[in-house]
Amino acid sequence: MPEKLRTHRVLVAKPGLDGHDRGAKVVARALRDAGMEVIYLGLHQTPEQIVRAAIDEDVDVIGLSILSGAHMTVFPRVLEMLRERGASDIKVVGGGIFPEEDAAELQRTGVARLFAPGTPTSEIVAFIQLL
Amino acid sequence: MDASRHEEEKRRWLEETYLASPEDGGPFITVSSEPVDPLYGPGDVAGLDYERDLGFPGEFPYTRGIRSNMYRGRPWTMRQFSGFGTARETNRRYHFLLERGQTGLSVAFDMPTIMGRDSDDPYSEGEVGRCGVAIDSVVDMQTLFDGIPLSRITTSMTTNAPASMMLAFYLVTGERQGVPFDQMGGTIQNDILKEYIAQKSWIFPPRPSMRIITDIIAFCLAEVPRWNTISISGYHIREAGSTAAQELAFTLADGMAYVQAGIDAGLDVDDFAPRLSFFFNSHIDFFEEIAKYRAARRIWARVMKERFGAKKEESLLLRFHTQTAGCSLTASQPENNIVRTAYEGLAAVLGGTQSLHTNSMDEVLALPTEKAVEIALRTQQIIAHETGVVNTIDPLAGSYFVEHLTGRLESQAQQYFDEIEAEGGVLEAIENGYFQRRIADAAYRYQMEIEKGERIIVGVNRYANEGERPDIELLKIDPDAEREQVEAVLKVRHGRDGAAAEAAGEELRRRAEGTENLMPAILDCTRAHVTLGEMVEVLKDVFGEYREQPVY
Repeated sequence: MPEKLRTHRVLVAKPGLDGHDRGAKVVARALRDAGMEVIYLGLHQTPEQIVRAAIDEDVDVIGLSILSGAHMTVFPRVLEMLRERGASDIKVVGGGIFPEEDAAELQRTGVARLFAPGTPTSEIVAFIQLL
Repeated sequence: MDASRHEEEKRRWLEETYLASPEDGGPFITVSSEPVDPLYGPGDVAGLDYERDLGFPGEFPYTRGIRSNMYRGRPWTMRQFSGFGTARETNRRYHFLLERGQTGLSVAFDMPTIMGRDSDDPYSEGEVGRCGVAIDSVVDMQTLFDGIPLSRITTSMTTNAPASMMLAFYLVTGERQGVPFDQMGGTIQNDILKEYIAQKSWIFPPRPSMRIITDIIAFCLAEVPRWNTISISGYHIREAGSTAAQELAFTLADGMAYVQAGIDAGLDVDDFAPRLSFFFNSHIDFFEEIAKYRAARRIWARVMKERFGAKKEESLLLRFHTQTAGCSLTASQPENNIVRTAYEGLAAVLGGTQSLHTNSMDEVLALPTEKAVEIALRTQQIIAHETGVVNTIDPLAGSYFVEHLTGRLESQAQQYFDEIEAEGGVLEAIENGYFQRRIADAAYRYQMEIEKGERIIVGVNRYANEGERPDIELLKIDPDAEREQVEAVLKVRHGRDGAAAEAAGEELRRRAEGTENLMPAILDCTRAHVTLGEMVEVLKDVFGEYREQPVY
């Protein structure tokens, strides 16, 4: 018997200026339906706001949805701020449109996993449960 | 066979003949999760009255088309939405598209421009020129249309919260080319209601935003009579996950809210209604989409005539642009997107669209390359010149299935209108989160249908090639574009007459605090090279900023 999976607390947010929140909302609901505690921060969040909320809410995972092309600016800054505040134990995952070489670099430099368009939510749930 | 006899016969046929062979591959539902019967016949269009409900093209209620001769008179406008990097790069793409037979331009702005922020604003970092072109001032707009005579081309601009500024930049660009305002034609999206509902690119709260819109309408009525002042958009509502019926109903409800706002601002409905146009999605469910466009024309004509008392024929016409569904495209096996887009484009044409953007196969991965956008444009040209569908008008009329769907969508839309009214109207429904909840529910249901295998997406949950990666070239945005653009906006601020810019900004503030039309002040700011971000800051000071209560 596998040991009972503990409840994960996940912060879902959309950094940057774009408002395409369909994916973030579908994923937030799927995580909630899988029994996780979800804090949905909504749109237009700065890295500062995201990291502050993640620490205040004591989450295990941050999930960021980015479709605007700003991923190479946003992810490194969130990771850096987590390190500065001694919160590197919080894992960061992302979803959106990322060129392959950008995705590879971000995953090499600390993003736990990036999910491409078309990923089933069940795969995202399974990945986060094992973090 | 009359309708009730047919109903009886259809039931008999179902039991005796149809169900004798097993079904395979269900559930049989549209992309909007609506059930579809195995067969349609006279009983399914029992209430349909040809003269009352269909009529002739160019005649009330315009179900069959808004023009008497439709594509036999003039093909739809082939208008590919495009913009990336700096104005200089995008200007090159515009020349490329025009040389290849495109007949209108459509500007895609980057996120900072859409949100009314200059390229050197801290919030813009990393987003300048990424998913559209960066426009900070009239100087950039002049570069964007360099060598393109604004007297001869019409331009659509996808801009909403800062639509008044983009319109002013465009008009002053024309003015500097020597083209008078009344000879320029084009469209601004300027549909702020659907921003609160779906696309979420807002700046100011709803009520001052509606005032800006009525100011634009009144100004254009007097000065830019060929301008389409609002493109009332269902596209983004659909992309956010709504059903076809929701797209139809929410868009038309927004349209009615704008008409009411115009009337409340003291305008005559027949003066401004002819300049309203619409923008719909063409999703992958072929017949449902065709029925949606037909229903939209019929509902709008009736509402304008009966509810708003419009007298002029042009006030009753629902003219629309269509874009194929970005959300139907897949990141895996991207070449398949060419095929999806072709079917979606065909549905838009069979539904009587006035202009069309066909998506490029790579748009799910990046902004399109020249190669991909050329295939997308050629797709439209093949529909227009090779398939023969333009030879006759509204060729699917009279199909039991299409007429049934058209009627069903019309009555579903009416149910949504009633729900919106029960919320207290469109603005109240936005504030209550009504639209946002409805759309999020539909989006989640759609995703779950895919995950349960009830909905097949080729190359995603069926016929996926393990370990295969997309093998197409992608457009790269020049990483120097942001730095160049930041330098350009700084140069504009340093190079202008500071006192004139200051005075123009003050006049804008004064008008915003009062009730005088904002447009003349925005035009003067534009001429004085006040930037987009500076104008928006003035208005934010007066109007405040909108904050959404997030729901999921």
